[in-house]
Amino acid sequence: MKIHEYQAKALLREYGVDVPRGYAVFSADEAKKAAGELGGGTVVVKAQIHAGGRGKGGGVKLAKNPDEAYQIARGMIGMRLVTHQTGPGGREVRRLLVEEGMEILKEYYVGIVIDRAADCPVLMASSEGGTEIEKVAAETPEKIMKEYIHPALGLRPFQAAKTAYKLGLDGKLVRPASRLLLNLYAAFEANDCSLVEINPLVSTADGRILALDAKINVDDNALSRHQESWQGLRDLHEEEPLEIEASKHNLNYIKLDGNVGCMVNGAGLAMATMDIIKLSGGQPANFLDVGGGANAEGVANAFRIILSDPNVRAVLINIFGGIVRCDRIANGIIEATKLVDVRVPLVVRLEGTNALEASKILEKSGIDMIIGHGLADAAQKAVAAAGRNDVNSRR
Amino acid sequence: MSILVDKNSKVLVQGITGREGMFHTQQCVAYGTKVVAGVTPGKGGQDMDGIPIFNTVEDAVQKTGADVSLVFVPPAFAADAVMEAADAGVALVVCITEGIPTIDMVKAKKYLADKKTRLIGPNCPGIITPGECKVGIMPGFIHLKGNIGLISRSGTLTYEAVKQLTELGLGQSTCVGIGGDPVIGSKFVDLLALFENDPGTSAVVMIGEIGGTAEEEAADYAGRYMSKPVIGFIAGQTAPPGRRMGHAGAIISGGKGTAAEKMSALTAAGIEVVKSPADIGRVVQKVLTS
Repeated sequence: MKIHEYQAKALLREYGVDVPRGYAVFSADEAKKAAGELGGGTVVVKAQIHAGGRGKGGGVKLAKNPDEAYQIARGMIGMRLVTHQTGPGGREVRRLLVEEGMEILKEYYVGIVIDRAADCPVLMASSEGGTEIEKVAAETPEKIMKEYIHPALGLRPFQAAKTAYKLGLDGKLVRPASRLLLNLYAAFEANDCSLVEINPLVSTADGRILALDAKINVDDNALSRHQESWQGLRDLHEEEPLEIEASKHNLNYIKLDGNVGCMVNGAGLAMATMDIIKLSGGQPANFLDVGGGANAEGVANAFRIILSDPNVRAVLINIFGGIVRCDRIANGIIEATKLVDVRVPLVVRLEGTNALEASKILEKSGIDMIIGHGLADAAQKAVAAAGRNDVNSRR
Repeated sequence: MSILVDKNSKVLVQGITGREGMFHTQQCVAYGTKVVAGVTPGKGGQDMDGIPIFNTVEDAVQKTGADVSLVFVPPAFAADAVMEAADAGVALVVCITEGIPTIDMVKAKKYLADKKTRLIGPNCPGIITPGECKVGIMPGFIHLKGNIGLISRSGTLTYEAVKQLTELGLGQSTCVGIGGDPVIGSKFVDLLALFENDPGTSAVVMIGEIGGTAEEEAADYAGRYMSKPVIGFIAGQTAPPGRRMGHAGAIISGGKGTAAEKMSALTAAGIEVVKSPADIGRVVQKVLTS
């Protein structure tokens, strides 16, 4: 799960990480008031959406006084902010962060993630802050310093100091910077984060070092340990409504741009099904893992979710019945079609235990569906059906 | 021949009295696996279908000589269960549990570093040596005894690949589901090494997916050290960036971990890359007969 910048900063502040003073606001009036409380001087108005690249998209602006903050906030709230991470549709801005302005001397990058090759957390730091760190990593990897962290020992003070020195920080700043890094790791660990990123970390004219931006993602698998605190951090506006609906039914659904809906059991097979739709000349409308059971209720819910997407012109069901027999899954599909009005062509491919009986059950059911024989055949039939249906619906 | 498990493996099941644990233990026994013990704290002294239950793994190992543990413990306690098995000296731990917090696995893996225990998973279907031993949740009947080794990050996609192989008469030496999480006990390289040294394996199929760099590391390893042919497939060629595709580890982040990158790394290492998931069996057959 991703959280907003202002939430991340509030969390980091609890762990002693220095961040600019600021207020989260939901209206232009509140923005004006916040700017006043910050001293009436220059403030930064930052759009709060779950995507990077906000500055370039016009989502971060300087205001010289509270009236200007009001004007900027009025223009920003409700706008659709488009960045390289939002897609062409952009995201609607509903919240802003109004922060004190400051005179920046230099920008640095600091991040903590789980390194999947080393199987432990890693602290990354670079004196090339502010820019896209992926670019630095790709073009000048030597400019990113790494300290691998022992999960039981945590980030050691010597590692933090080493990193601060390597960043080339001014002598007086080494100690506060080290402390900041140690606090950053404490926040990462205590909150089951999968990512904590400060870009930029800045040194200021008045001799401070602080987190000017903050990005935190938390590990969804650790939800049970943070149920209450995370509930308050989740912003449903940042999520696809169909994906929220799917998660209520324990279905793993991700909306895509194509017109062939997919219902598959297992994440790997679901991805492979999307791939073969593409290879067959079509475009998948979604990723959907219906889970192991694939019973009538699950299939019916999956139908509802998939068919809520108006682009869907055909649905491909691809189930590998292992422990759960295909004949039972076939009956589940038949039940589900009675619960949900499936208005588009349906292609079904069942493989595994009792697959033959399942085909017979489906054929005898009288329900209008196309049986796929094997993965390739099913994908081709689904793509063709979607194409025909698309032509018809455009007439 | 095979790797990791065979007809002599003595399996204990951690979490044997849970719904999943009980059901899949019965399935494993039906396949012919020697399940010698179960562990559920507080239920020591009872039995499940005649399989003795112990309070601790240490007890179970001492009394039964179990050398493989199959873990069905819920996510909040699973990492601890893995460490308990390692502490008791179990040589191989197969953890099926999905949804374990990543940092828990980081700690468990560190704990295992100076132990002789090998971990497979978590979030995986387990291991099967066809005709001999099934330590996992896969449907046994789709498999055929033979000499193709299979390594996969996925569950049902593995079954799909196995089915294609079996239909073409291409049996399997051992199939290993290594798991879909970002931090897992054994990676492609670890298993490639085992298959390379197994006289019963003549070719290896590896099924990867988006996220991480394990496939690239495997490509590098295979290019340098593997004498046996390797055939690869990568799922998620159409997956959007920044989205977790079901598996916790299947995510393209910061532009890294794409299927295209992985496929080109595999190709560069001389590995035959299958583009369509429907062609896995056929390509293996082609490689073996060429």
